Amino acid sequence: MHRQTLRGLYDGLSRGDFSSRELTEALLGRIEAHGATLNAFITVTAESALLQADLADKARANGTGGPLNGLPIVHKDLFCTKGVLTTCGSKILGDFVSPYDATVVQRMADAGAVMLGKTNMDEFAMGSSNETSFYGPVTNPWNTKLSPGGSSGGSAAAVAARLVPAATGTDTGGSIRQPAALTGIVGLKPTYGRVSRYGMVAFASSLDQAGVITRSAEDAALLLGVMAGLDKRDSTSADHPVPDYVAGLSKPVKGLKIGVVRQHFDEGLDASCAERVRASLAALEDAGASLVEIDLPSIGLSVPTYYVVAPAECSSNLSRFDGVRFGHRCGDPEDLSDLYCRSRGEGFGAEVKRRIMTGTYVLSAGYYDAYYLKAQKVRQLISRDFKNAFEKVDVIAGPTAPTTAFAIGEKTDDPITMYLNDIYTIGANLAGLPGISVPCGFADGLPVGLQLVGPHFAEETILACAHQYQQLTDWHTEGPEDFA
Amino acid sequence: MSGNWEVVIGLEIHCQLATKSKIFSGASTAYGADPNSQACLVDLGYPGVLPVLNAEVVRMATKFGLAVNASIAPRSIFARKNYFYPDLPKGYQISQYELPIVEGGELFIHGDDGNEKRIGITRAHLEEDAGKSVHEGFGDSTGIDLNRAGTPLLEIVSEPDLRSAKEAVAYMKKIHSIVRYLEISDGNMQEGSFRCDANVSVRPRGQTKLGTRAELKNLNSFRFVEKAINFEIERQIELIEDGGEVVQETRLYDSDKDETRSMRSKEEANDYRYFPDPDLLPVEIDESFVEAVRQTLPELPDVKQARFVEQYDLKAADAEILTGSRALSDYFEKLAAATDAKPQVAANWVIGDLSALLNKEGLEIQESRIDADALAGLVNRINDNTISGKIAKEVFDAMWSDGGSADDIIEAKGLKQITDTSAIEAIVDAVIAANPGQAADYRGGKDKLLGFFVGQVMKETGGKANPGQVNKLLKEKLG
Repeated sequence: MHRQTLRGLYDGLSRGDFSSRELTEALLGRIEAHGATLNAFITVTAESALLQADLADKARANGTGGPLNGLPIVHKDLFCTKGVLTTCGSKILGDFVSPYDATVVQRMADAGAVMLGKTNMDEFAMGSSNETSFYGPVTNPWNTKLSPGGSSGGSAAAVAARLVPAATGTDTGGSIRQPAALTGIVGLKPTYGRVSRYGMVAFASSLDQAGVITRSAEDAALLLGVMAGLDKRDSTSADHPVPDYVAGLSKPVKGLKIGVVRQHFDEGLDASCAERVRASLAALEDAGASLVEIDLPSIGLSVPTYYVVAPAECSSNLSRFDGVRFGHRCGDPEDLSDLYCRSRGEGFGAEVKRRIMTGTYVLSAGYYDAYYLKAQKVRQLISRDFKNAFEKVDVIAGPTAPTTAFAIGEKTDDPITMYLNDIYTIGANLAGLPGISVPCGFADGLPVGLQLVGPHFAEETILACAHQYQQLTDWHTEGPEDFA
Repeated sequence: MSGNWEVVIGLEIHCQLATKSKIFSGASTAYGADPNSQACLVDLGYPGVLPVLNAEVVRMATKFGLAVNASIAPRSIFARKNYFYPDLPKGYQISQYELPIVEGGELFIHGDDGNEKRIGITRAHLEEDAGKSVHEGFGDSTGIDLNRAGTPLLEIVSEPDLRSAKEAVAYMKKIHSIVRYLEISDGNMQEGSFRCDANVSVRPRGQTKLGTRAELKNLNSFRFVEKAINFEIERQIELIEDGGEVVQETRLYDSDKDETRSMRSKEEANDYRYFPDPDLLPVEIDESFVEAVRQTLPELPDVKQARFVEQYDLKAADAEILTGSRALSDYFEKLAAATDAKPQVAANWVIGDLSALLNKEGLEIQESRIDADALAGLVNRINDNTISGKIAKEVFDAMWSDGGSADDIIEAKGLKQITDTSAIEAIVDAVIAANPGQAADYRGGKDKLLGFFVGQVMKETGGKANPGQVNKLLKEKLG
């Protein structure tokens, strides 16, 4: 059961091969068995999951279930879930039980999904290795000495280890796509505004986007159809029609123009990863797509641009965690200043503090123009690069990450090297574009991801391309042996 | 003492917009509810919540902009003003910074020299209010009430065109009257719906460079604005004349002691790290929207004042008073329409006796115990000589305290004027007969004694004799 995709499980439930309760119990059992090894979960909601599963079984019997009726899902722990702990991987929200559901959570629940728990993550989604979590690092199911990537590391590890078929994640600079690549699964970051941010604890508001982590592009299409669409509670959510993403998957790659970015194959990319990505491009070409070499002249500036914009926004977004109304509050504050300094000092981890300080600095009087304003201008240039490219091609394909999974602890002392892990993914966030990572083979036994980026609201195109690629290959059916 | 000094003042008026719900959430803006009962998750700054702009505030700001002849920005943006304070839940206030919704307006006041004076309005921008810290009743702790958090404000910033506390008050009153005419604010100063910060500096007369300014925070009555500014002017002049220097700082006015006190200096001032709020889209306003709002503009005080002078032949000063609020002008127009007397006579009643009673009891014109129609009934009885002006005041007092129409009171109390000449004549004869000495003196040239005789006759008739007739008869009989 646990090896099946959402699609397979839906069919099994429909045929009556098993009930939602049986499925839920089986997966809760796997979470129980492997949870400690992977540290993928911060909270497991077994009790409420079984209640939801029973309701789903009843609904199925009555013929009233939604499109995800009885299907298991887990949420990254920065989606607010009513009555359930929502920590964001931080000590400062260690006791925070959300009084409301995020729109994504609500829509999934309305569609009948059964929530099994909340997944571990880098603190406030700030990290690329899941090592900044207050609740300890998540391990990579392919090799538990390695990082699964981040920040949606718990979601990726849980799906890769077949503990659950699907998870939500959020992607601010690559936090869905990079861990998906490093754990050999599918990670979809939709267009900025495609999915509501309401109830998603903000890291960098102009970059954050909710998405999904699954094992097949088809499952990602199924979930996106449920999550996407206008939400009046999020002013930046787009009033753009939601197509039938599953129906769109059948579109062949024949005739598809795929842009290959010259700058993506520079020296930063590991040679064996490059080989796997080139082989997957060749496979798409064999299937009738044409490869077009393109330039993104400003893309090299994306990492520094991101590390001005994202910290600036986070420094402001995280001001609300002040010990006054919710979350961690220091003991016996002497005065207001002491309350702020100690509550925040004790509550936030080192990486979050680093980014708050960076962000405060770049917004300060006298530095704003040189950093924040300049970064916004470069962001425009990067967007324009993509716009120009999409006049020539339908999708842009390349590596998701420069290397395969790295060892836990390997990069923690060197933030710059850690930041460079997102070098291929950040561009899509700065330009607000949809991107997907699909497994495209192995280098030294570790998964490699192929990234497809499309124009705004072209999720159909990248999902179809990813799905067609998965019809040509079976990388996505391979799982880590220890979690078979 | 300020003879050698020129005072320069600019005001930042915070005007609460009269929306039902808050600027970025659906919570109610009603005043006086239990603490934190009107603060939803958005107002409380909970993790994950997002602001959604209340479209009504855009319409209201546009209305204000048009009323002060300003330009309405086709695109304005919300920015975050970052600072920590317990009653600021998000750790930032959503405001407008670089691109406000209203820019470059003006209005006219009576300047100190008595002439009409133009006061420039630099800008008006939308922002959310913070909550309230309550320091009493919590021991060593502070209570936080976030009902007010997220209440929509329009901050109206003037040019430094004001030259005295009096001009500042005149300007503030004018803005107060405009926002109430436009019905975009209740202007209630006790509840904090209308308050201002004053930037005050002085410079030697003739100097073009501005002096160092102090900002006086949170002045919530016209009287305090005047007193605080005057105190501050004197303080600055004294300081400089004693060889000191004004420092740029924020000061608080203490109304109990009638003085201003330093709150924080420029060095201690926050760096607010403004940047565009990524959670909100730019506000885009097109011409057709502006035109549609323009159609809803009421007649504004200046225009109405000119019309009152023209149409009702009122004294300019009286027209200004009567157009001070929309409700007062409506009252007057209703009264004027219902009476045959000259409008100026009707105006005198409103400005004089009626206003005095309203002020005494702290009532608004809408709460007057004598409505416009009832007052018209009284004025009409004076006009048709049923009662004298003096008796009218008695009737007016009775109407105010007991209610009822002028006619009923006149009838019930028998206050109808005596206009029967033979009846008056008999009394005049009797009075002259009873005061032979005074009659002789009058005839001997003491004209002033006529008043004495009039008084005696009125006394005999209980004030009901027609004064014109009494005068006429006395002159005949004593002549």
